[in-house]
Amino acid sequence: MRTFFVQLLRELRSIFYTPVAYVVIALFAGLMGFNFQSYITMLNKQPADVTVLEVVFLNALFVFVFAFIAALITMRSFSEEFRLGTVEMLMTAPVKDWHVVLAKFFGATIFFAILLLPTVACFWVFHLVAPDAVAAKSIGAIVSTYLLLMMLGMLFISIGVFASSLVRDQINAAVITLVVTILYIFIPLIIARLLNVTDPRVQQVTEFFSPVAHLQDFSKGLVDTRRIVWYLTATGFFVLLTHHVFHSRKLKAS
Amino acid sequence: MIKVEQLTKKYGSFTAVDGISFEVEKGEIVGFLGPNGAGKSTTMKILTSYLPATSGRASIAGFDVFDDSIQARRHMGYLPENTPLYGDMKVGEYLRYRAALKGVPRSKMRERVGDVLELCHIADREKQLIGSLSKGYRQRVGLADALVHDPDLLILDEPTIGLDPNQIRTVRELIKSLAQKRTVLISTHILPEVEMMCSRVVVIHRGTIRASDTAENLMKNHRSVGELRLEARAGDGAANALRGLAGVKDVTETQDGEWTTFKLRLDANAKPGEEILNLARERNWAVRDLHQKRATLEDVFADLTTSEK
Repeated sequence: MRTFFVQLLRELRSIFYTPVAYVVIALFAGLMGFNFQSYITMLNKQPADVTVLEVVFLNALFVFVFAFIAALITMRSFSEEFRLGTVEMLMTAPVKDWHVVLAKFFGATIFFAILLLPTVACFWVFHLVAPDAVAAKSIGAIVSTYLLLMMLGMLFISIGVFASSLVRDQINAAVITLVVTILYIFIPLIIARLLNVTDPRVQQVTEFFSPVAHLQDFSKGLVDTRRIVWYLTATGFFVLLTHHVFHSRKLKAS
Repeated sequence: MIKVEQLTKKYGSFTAVDGISFEVEKGEIVGFLGPNGAGKSTTMKILTSYLPATSGRASIAGFDVFDDSIQARRHMGYLPENTPLYGDMKVGEYLRYRAALKGVPRSKMRERVGDVLELCHIADREKQLIGSLSKGYRQRVGLADALVHDPDLLILDEPTIGLDPNQIRTVRELIKSLAQKRTVLISTHILPEVEMMCSRVVVIHRGTIRASDTAENLMKNHRSVGELRLEARAGDGAANALRGLAGVKDVTETQDGEWTTFKLRLDANAKPGEEILNLARERNWAVRDLHQKRATLEDVFADLTTSEK
């Protein structure tokens, strides 16, 4: 177990030792601040039928930034080790494959959580400015939204780490992650909105997978355990796949 | 310390290591010798549990490298070819990370890392980024890493490749000093290195072991390379007389003033030196040089590893 924590620390260090980490944090905080400000302004001008959380997190800008962030955080995790050959140093030390895979996954997850943290400030400021607004008081809705964002983030990170274990080149890893995560977000939307499929069975399926639909629920404070189970199992599945790929890749490496 | 039995590794249809067996006893320094692509690195990667063998067994300190991999890895320190290191870490920080990863207890961490920094002469670089180190220093950091958990066995894959002569000398001396309490398996194709450091040589070629003995014995037992040089002031017919000696295949002569240099090609294991001197005494030749080439490790190596199988 100690090797897991040692490796986790190493992963966090390797993330925070690059200037990219701080640029990403600053950029994300800036973008989210801008995002928040512009939507609040919009809501101020005309009354709308959506919650603050919904407009802030359910827009194209946020969705793309979200997918990009996951790809950026995870693209180096395994690719870099394979490219530099350090995987040989790593795996000839007495460490279990599992510890390495989990350390890489949780390292990225922790960074992601740190990234998400400054956005909470938006709602805090909102609360200070408009203490009587219903949206500012609904702590439950804010917590459940962040719960969903965190779970979605973990799923994307597990996909990213998996992609990184497949290829030696970081850019390839990032592209794979981007394509998969963006498709995951948009395929249910395309089916439901663009193709206008009205078959209730199809709708049920898209609703089950669609992160957009989930966010709509969670941003109203509806914590649906089915979604929690779905995100955790999907994440676990990709972590498991990563382990298998890493294990067999390591065995194949010449 | 190392026991390898019938180890085979295939990459697809290519057999990199073909049923090799050897043992390394505690305290030995064994040179693992062979041309590029002979299977040295593959064997080392199997021994360090990085690659699985296609068939056969290998164990380190009694622990199977596949079934008891973690235990086996605890007992050895490994320096891979080209020393891959994280360039974004500082030397001391990297070594502390590696020590923790290899299970050095927290209470001993300071001492162990301090020791290896001292031992590898990199204490003054402790706070430097690995990425900014020269190749020689990187190599020493790699060695320090291999040593940090105080393993009984060191497996070093071409530790002096790509270094300048001064760096080679320091690394070599370092390895030699480390070897006093440890078992070392070192792969190389630099022959003087082997003669200088190793108590035994294992020659591998095309995935099979061609020889395993001390460098001295290998040279002694190697069939004579069969060349003898004689410089003498000799009359006509000397070449013919020399040709008549037992074991002499061919003689060529070159004239240099009144001295003649004879080059004799000999049969395997022929040692005609004494007869040549007798002949010279009989015929009143003045001899100023008589020299039979001894097999060098290079000859042995060339002979063992160039023959087509």
